[in-house]
Amino acid sequence: MRLEIKDLHVHYGKIEAIKGISVVVNEGEIVTLIGANGAGKTTTLKTISGLRKVTSGAIIFDGQDISNVPAHERVDLGISQAPEGRGIFPGMTVLENLEMGKFHRKNRKAEMSEDLDKVYTLFPRLKERVAQAGGTLSGGEQQMLAIGRALMSRPKVLLLDEPSMGLAPQMIANIFRIITEINKTGVTILLVEQNAQQALQRAHRAYILETGNVVKEAKASDLLNDPAVREAYLGTGAHA
Amino acid sequence: MKMRNYWNLRDWGAGIWERANRPKRVAIAITTIFLVALLPFAGASFLATPIAAYDAVLVYPVGVFILMALGLNIVVGKSGMLDLGYVAFFAIGAYTMALMGTHTGLNTWEIMPFGIAFAMLAGVLLGLPTLRLRGDYLAIVTLGFGEIVRLVVLNSTWSKGPNGIANIPMPPDIGPLKFKLDDQKVFFWVVVIMILLTIWMIRRLSVRRPGRAWEAIRQDEDAAELMGIPTLKYKIWSFTLGAAVGGAAGVLFASKNLFIAPEMFTLNVSILILACVVFGGIGNIWGVVLGAAILGYLPERIRFISDARLLVFGLVLVTVMNFRPDGLLPRKKREKAIVKKEVNA
Ligand SMILES: Nc1ncnc2c1ncn2[C@@H]1O[C@H](COP(=O)(O)OP(=O)(O)OP(=O)(O)O)[C@@H](O)[C@H]1O
Ligand SMILES: [Mg+2]
Repeated sequence: MRLEIKDLHVHYGKIEAIKGISVVVNEGEIVTLIGANGAGKTTTLKTISGLRKVTSGAIIFDGQDISNVPAHERVDLGISQAPEGRGIFPGMTVLENLEMGKFHRKNRKAEMSEDLDKVYTLFPRLKERVAQAGGTLSGGEQQMLAIGRALMSRPKVLLLDEPSMGLAPQMIANIFRIITEINKTGVTILLVEQNAQQALQRAHRAYILETGNVVKEAKASDLLNDPAVREAYLGTGAHA
Repeated sequence: MKMRNYWNLRDWGAGIWERANRPKRVAIAITTIFLVALLPFAGASFLATPIAAYDAVLVYPVGVFILMALGLNIVVGKSGMLDLGYVAFFAIGAYTMALMGTHTGLNTWEIMPFGIAFAMLAGVLLGLPTLRLRGDYLAIVTLGFGEIVRLVVLNSTWSKGPNGIANIPMPPDIGPLKFKLDDQKVFFWVVVIMILLTIWMIRRLSVRRPGRAWEAIRQDEDAAELMGIPTLKYKIWSFTLGAAVGGAAGVLFASKNLFIAPEMFTLNVSILILACVVFGGIGNIWGVVLGAAILGYLPERIRFISDARLLVFGLVLVTVMNFRPDGLLPRKKREKAIVKKEVNA
């Protein structure tokens, strides 16, 4: 499995939000895309999952150009996204949300209990709240639910859009620990984050996105020590 | 003002139903249907409508409104698409009945499948390009479609333009049951059967995959797509099923009214049916039935106050919606605190 984005351009009307980026995600990696507000991180993920149309360029998954495959079919190929702002179904219970994650699977009945168990093992909190409406969960719990739901489709690659958004520090650490855990079970991860500190600690490689362009690509650990990156994204200057 | 859930008829009803075992449920259902079937015999009671014949009122507007509201509810209530041109499908059904009834030897029941099929076809043709649109756009486009259908029949010779089509045949008798103008009990029973079939269809679909997909689309369309749901396909299905019910209602209406004209298919009808859905409780079948029954019946019941009746009608609408903003029998709401999505999401 390999996900490759080649010279991708994406527009909102006349505005060009993504101005020709190229990103590679290899099997088994955690790759992170960091950037400030409005850099185009969400747009990139939405284009990979198919919610936004490609203007030009290619998205290659498993050797196949999927830029014209509709979003719901990309799930079958093994691409699953936990959307920004959680995007869970507020009026469905935790269990119903998780079941929706398997909507398209052919043998969903056979897989259901096994995969529910897997999700509950990762997120014991969800098991305690199976019958609670998604919309009444706390922010952190909703994030867990969004990730758990995305896992129900047995993805090859998991797209995470700012899983740390709006969470308390302890919860952030918890979510990132679980992301690493998921990755160890063989799921490739493309992680979009503003919390560069945590993301760079967990990822293998990283891309820095600025107003629709990739301005830097490197091993995550290198970026953690890069003075310019520390200045811009880690809130601590080179002198610190 | 927080006056909601002041009396919760829905949970009371649902409670009785859930506690009942199978034979008890069958008994409840049969008794209810039986009592409803007896309604046309209550013409001498306080239910009687002045001026308009009571049994005719039960068929139209009451029965036909319920049928249409149930159909529109599939689109608006189940999958969350605002359709402001629902009257178009009603008109297509009615004109199918009128044209085929006066030009071919087919009877109402034989024309019914054609009326439904043409309405569905129109639903697909309109849905394919427009259901990609969301919210307000869809509302505008459907509104336009409703007007286009009306203008086409108004300005065409085959539809006899503004004069409309007369001498539409009544349905053939079913054994000893005769369709008569001055006694419309049989018409009423036919509408009740059509309503029951529609309810049965919606209930079956609701607990199966289409229902789950519609619910997901209604709550968050992007998320639904990310679950692997072919959202466009399910939206078209919902739209088309709604159209089918509207078409069926149109066929029956034409065959009961014996005369139809373009002025019967204005935007007002779309709005009124939408009002039935919202007034009764959007998304909840029983709410919709109740809402349509009341909004169909009330103006006829208070006809004796002539011009003031529309004022009273409006006052009732406004008052009820103020006290029960989710309708008389709202759907079960589980999300108490829908977390507001971040801007720029
Ligand atoms: N629906 C839209 N219509 C028009 N412009 C949009 C739309 N969505 C995003 N944009 C613009 O595209 C650019 C990239 O937005 P995007 O949401 O991808 O940023 P982001 O990196 O995810 O930011 P954040 O960290 O704030 O979530 C921004 O300038 C934004 O204003
Ligand atoms: Mg974003």
